[in-house]
Amino acid sequence: MQRSPTRLFLERLFRRRLVLIAALILLVVVVLAVFAPLIAPYSPTGMRVTQRLRPPSFTNWFGTDEFGRDVLSRVIYGGRASLGIGLAVVVASMVAGTALGLFAGYFRVLDAPVMRLVDAMMSLPDILLAIFLVAVLGGSAGNVVLALAVVYTPRVTRVVRSSTLVVRELPFVEAARTLGVSTWRIMTVHILLNVASPVLVQATFIFAYAVLAEAGLSFLGVGVPPEIPTWGTMIAAGQNYADRSMWVVLFPGLAIVLAALSLQVLGDGLRDMLDPKLRKSL
Amino acid sequence: MFAAIVRKFAGMLVVMYIVATMVFFLTRLAPGDPASLMLGDQASLTDIEELRRTYGLDQPVIVQYILWLKEVVRGNLGQSIFLQRSVLQAIAERAEPTFFLALFSILIAAAIGIPAGIISAVWRGQRIDQVVSAGAMLAASIPSFWLGLLFIQFFSVRMGWFPVAGYGPPGGSFAERLYHLMLPASVLGIVNSALITRFTRGSMLDVLSEDYVRTARAKGLSEARIVLRHGLGNALVPIITVVGLTAALLVGGAIVTETVFGLPGIGNLVVSAVLRRDYPVIQGALIVIAGIYVLINLSIDVLYTFVDPRVKY
Repeated sequence: MQRSPTRLFLERLFRRRLVLIAALILLVVVVLAVFAPLIAPYSPTGMRVTQRLRPPSFTNWFGTDEFGRDVLSRVIYGGRASLGIGLAVVVASMVAGTALGLFAGYFRVLDAPVMRLVDAMMSLPDILLAIFLVAVLGGSAGNVVLALAVVYTPRVTRVVRSSTLVVRELPFVEAARTLGVSTWRIMTVHILLNVASPVLVQATFIFAYAVLAEAGLSFLGVGVPPEIPTWGTMIAAGQNYADRSMWVVLFPGLAIVLAALSLQVLGDGLRDMLDPKLRKSL
Repeated sequence: MFAAIVRKFAGMLVVMYIVATMVFFLTRLAPGDPASLMLGDQASLTDIEELRRTYGLDQPVIVQYILWLKEVVRGNLGQSIFLQRSVLQAIAERAEPTFFLALFSILIAAAIGIPAGIISAVWRGQRIDQVVSAGAMLAASIPSFWLGLLFIQFFSVRMGWFPVAGYGPPGGSFAERLYHLMLPASVLGIVNSALITRFTRGSMLDVLSEDYVRTARAKGLSEARIVLRHGLGNALVPIITVVGLTAALLVGGAIVTETVFGLPGIGNLVVSAVLRRDYPVIQGALIVIAGIYVLINLSIDVLYTFVDPRVKY
């Protein structure tokens, strides 16, 4: 029986057991977030003042917060916002970064200006640039996505540009050009498909960074408004109760670690598989 | 070599110019008029108009930009709206905690990352290597503010080993101030050790497969001497790079950590400036921090020539 390319891909990717575990954890986290209303035992916003700051128990596995809300349900719902924001950041920075990188790598005139801009943006620490942008734009989930997309676009641009520089000179591109294939088609088909794997690897890492950064912004009070439960806003709200009720900050933080770690392990696995040259060093 | 450094310096100025321009125009996108912001809700329209004239805010944006840029080049980053002092002064007053926090964090990160990376490379593929690699990835997945909260709970509140927050009483001794930095520096150091570990491992693996390492082994040198002198000695350039880059990244990480530990540093200054919309402070801090970053990068480049005689410009 012929094995499909997808199956071969997955078989090779999951040969490392750690990568398989990471993928499974990620799958569970995503399923929990997507089906939150079906899975969460309580409403994430349902307050019961008589049940404030109860430690973990059989009725509330992760305990309750300062308003008597169920922490487990909030962690599950928080995943929706945190992962949703992370995913939106990934998609936006991939699209913008790939376009910029392709243009900078393919058209020599654009290379210097685009790359200087990238250098300038990368000379500011991620979180600082994000704080600044959110401060200017105003704090909302959409603006957090926009700010973080701006922060991570230069990384993608760099990767795509350097791959494009290499691929552009390869014989098959020259052949296509000689055959009269349009520049647009060369860029979007011939080059884009060949720079796809480093971009895919970057995507998983940016996803992890975006989840961490969103939490950081929300913690500082310059991110998502506090009434939306994300893992970051939960920790920010819970920090004043941490001395008596550790669980309020412990579980949302563990969710962040678990999500970010499995994304990074998966990214690492993808890189190993897609780029054998790097296998030795990373 | 001198010409190359001058060229790099020129490139650095271009980057700084772009940063300054970006910061200026993005700030103009912000909602709210700085003059009415400065005077508060009770101000009369004439007062606001007058202040706008004093600060040149009634001029076209491009004129404002040129005037502002002129001042920045002369080293004047403007006045804070809320702090009754110049932006540069406000940053200078807050520099000490941030500087020492970054310094200790980088020392801790290097003290964890370099040995871990070497061990991982020497016993490549074995259990210890897997543990180190997994540990590095775990460290890179922990939000620093969360680890800070856990550390405060455990080491300060429960064990009572460290102060919970702050930078000591005003006028406290230097040693006391440093003591307040131990816990935050450990948090930042641990979180930032990941990149150093991975890079050290990678460059050690590259070097250990070189011919001269085989020669050294054939000569019968001790394994420790091979790894430390022939291996580490030659892997030093990439390691220095990553330590330098981590130092630059730490400035960003410090923002969040300073907030958790209530340290009166530049990060704290920036966060409170953002919450109060004190735009001159935000602009100034961004320019100063970007300047530090490009300066560190330039120093790394210069340092190469001393560490590795093969690098010639």
